[in-house]
Amino acid sequence: MTDATIGSLPPAAKPIKGRSLWQDAWRRLRTNKAAIVSLAVLALIAVACVVGPYLLPYGLDDVDYAAFTTAPDFAAQHYFGTEANGRDLLVRTLYGGQISLMVGIVGTLVSLIIGVTYGATSGFLGGRVDSMMMRLVDVLYSLPFMFFVILLMVFFGRNILLIFVAIGAVNWLDMARIVRGQTLSIKRKEYIEAAHACGVSSWGIIRKHVIPNTLGPVIVYMTLTVPQVILLESFLSFLGLGVQEPMTSWGVLISEGARSMTIAWWMLVFPAVFLAITLFCLNFIGDGLRDALDPRDR
Amino acid sequence: MLSYAVRRILGAIPTILAIIALAFFMIRLAPGGPFATDKPLPVEIKRNLEKAYHLDEPLYMQFGRYMGNVLQGDFGPSFRMRDYSVNELLRQGFPYSLQIGLIAVAVASFFGILFGTIAALKQNTPGDYGTMAIAMIGITIPNFVVAPLLVLLLAVTWRILPAGGITAGWTSFILPIVALSLPPTAYIARLTRASMIEVLRSNFVRTARAKGLPERITIMRHTLKAGLLPVVSYLGPATAGIITGSIVIEQIFGIPGIGRYFIQGALNRDYTLVMGTVIFFAVLIILFNLLVDLLYGALDPRVRYD
Repeated sequence: MTDATIGSLPPAAKPIKGRSLWQDAWRRLRTNKAAIVSLAVLALIAVACVVGPYLLPYGLDDVDYAAFTTAPDFAAQHYFGTEANGRDLLVRTLYGGQISLMVGIVGTLVSLIIGVTYGATSGFLGGRVDSMMMRLVDVLYSLPFMFFVILLMVFFGRNILLIFVAIGAVNWLDMARIVRGQTLSIKRKEYIEAAHACGVSSWGIIRKHVIPNTLGPVIVYMTLTVPQVILLESFLSFLGLGVQEPMTSWGVLISEGARSMTIAWWMLVFPAVFLAITLFCLNFIGDGLRDALDPRDR
Repeated sequence: MLSYAVRRILGAIPTILAIIALAFFMIRLAPGGPFATDKPLPVEIKRNLEKAYHLDEPLYMQFGRYMGNVLQGDFGPSFRMRDYSVNELLRQGFPYSLQIGLIAVAVASFFGILFGTIAALKQNTPGDYGTMAIAMIGITIPNFVVAPLLVLLLAVTWRILPAGGITAGWTSFILPIVALSLPPTAYIARLTRASMIEVLRSNFVRTARAKGLPERITIMRHTLKAGLLPVVSYLGPATAGIITGSIVIEQIFGIPGIGRYFIQGALNRDYTLVMGTVIFFAVLIILFNLLVDLLYGALDPRVRYD
């Protein structure tokens, strides 16, 4: 990573430098079997969640009056069985996956935007502004955020938009710290000096020069944030505070399954397995990316 | 060290005040209220109720009154569970939550360190990979999935342990504690392994081995002490995680701890109960973090307080 940034590069040469870094990372990532397998499995799950419901004979809310709480039954094409209201569990699991994955991605993006902007600004401006902004982060760190998220969900309705905001608002702190640290080291580089000399505004430098160069660690952290966010949503849904009917998510399905597991094990096991595999894959990919992008850390 | 502790405690005061204020105004800004019912109450009754709980005063006065009471350790009466004060409810629930939480922390530390050390000593053997694979499972699978699965297997299918409640004596606490301590155990095992591997390669361990110390003493006396520092600093976040986790676990296993009161209070808009539990948990987390920082300093002579 360091030799890629040696020498102050004119803006025109930047794409070449960027690509070589990413090619390098990709080469290292490809040798990591766990990460590659995870990537493939995750892609498979994502495709299944998006395409699968169209290929199955049942819709999200279709009730099969011949089958309430039935075990997996291939003849009736209820491959995962049905739940208490006669709705097909496979379809619901796949739909739930759509929601869970979407929450994971959007929640991460929200925290990414807040965290990167905050961290880059703080690190770049430095001095008193920096120490004040980081002081605020320290204070926020010690707040038990989970409780506030729960309160938010309870008191301000349980719509999905709020889930994104709440989750994003909880998760940006680490991102801000990481980006700030990166920014502090980047801002002493010659190309920043050159940009200053050319009269680029501070915000322009942050946007065009600082943020793109912090991407490596940010991407790694992002991959590791997605499973956290999915977990958080499942946690809320499990308490009955997350996604609401008629929508569903893995957390909701697991919660329903946990309540009726004594009579219908499949209602708990299938969504739980999907959630677990997804979380596994994301964690392995994150670890793999970290090794690939930051060779010192191995 | 003493002045550091005092400074940290003083530094925590604004945080706690901020928590109280945030929780207070967030709850009051929300639509609905503790006396909102399907059938509207007669106006006089509602007015009398609001008067009795000082809900008719302007918000800043209510806040001042509440703050004053909290500073004297009085969380007020519960709005929904009449005849109970929040203090009483906290006092009732706390022993359960504390027991489960403390034992979970202890279990997680013990087994996490044990497995992590073994894995580090047998680095790159099947034992190491096996332990780390299990740890990965413990980290990725959330405890609200593990807990029902454990119940399904041990309580429903095999009928070894009770599925919930607290009526069966100490055996009813086994599953909650296991479920609660699983994620931190896994995390601590990974942390321990990583730092032990690093310490095992350091010069002072080589010296200890070179002068002929038995391997057991080298590890117990020299390696572990240095290798456990990251674990100690993780105990702060771990406690916060266990406290949050206990909300779900208490819900699943039907344990009458504080976590359940929090959820109940939030769903019933029991203002004072929610505030009480949030403040209680927040203070607990802050205190524990402080404790961990002090412990860290006691273990690591390189840390200076200034």
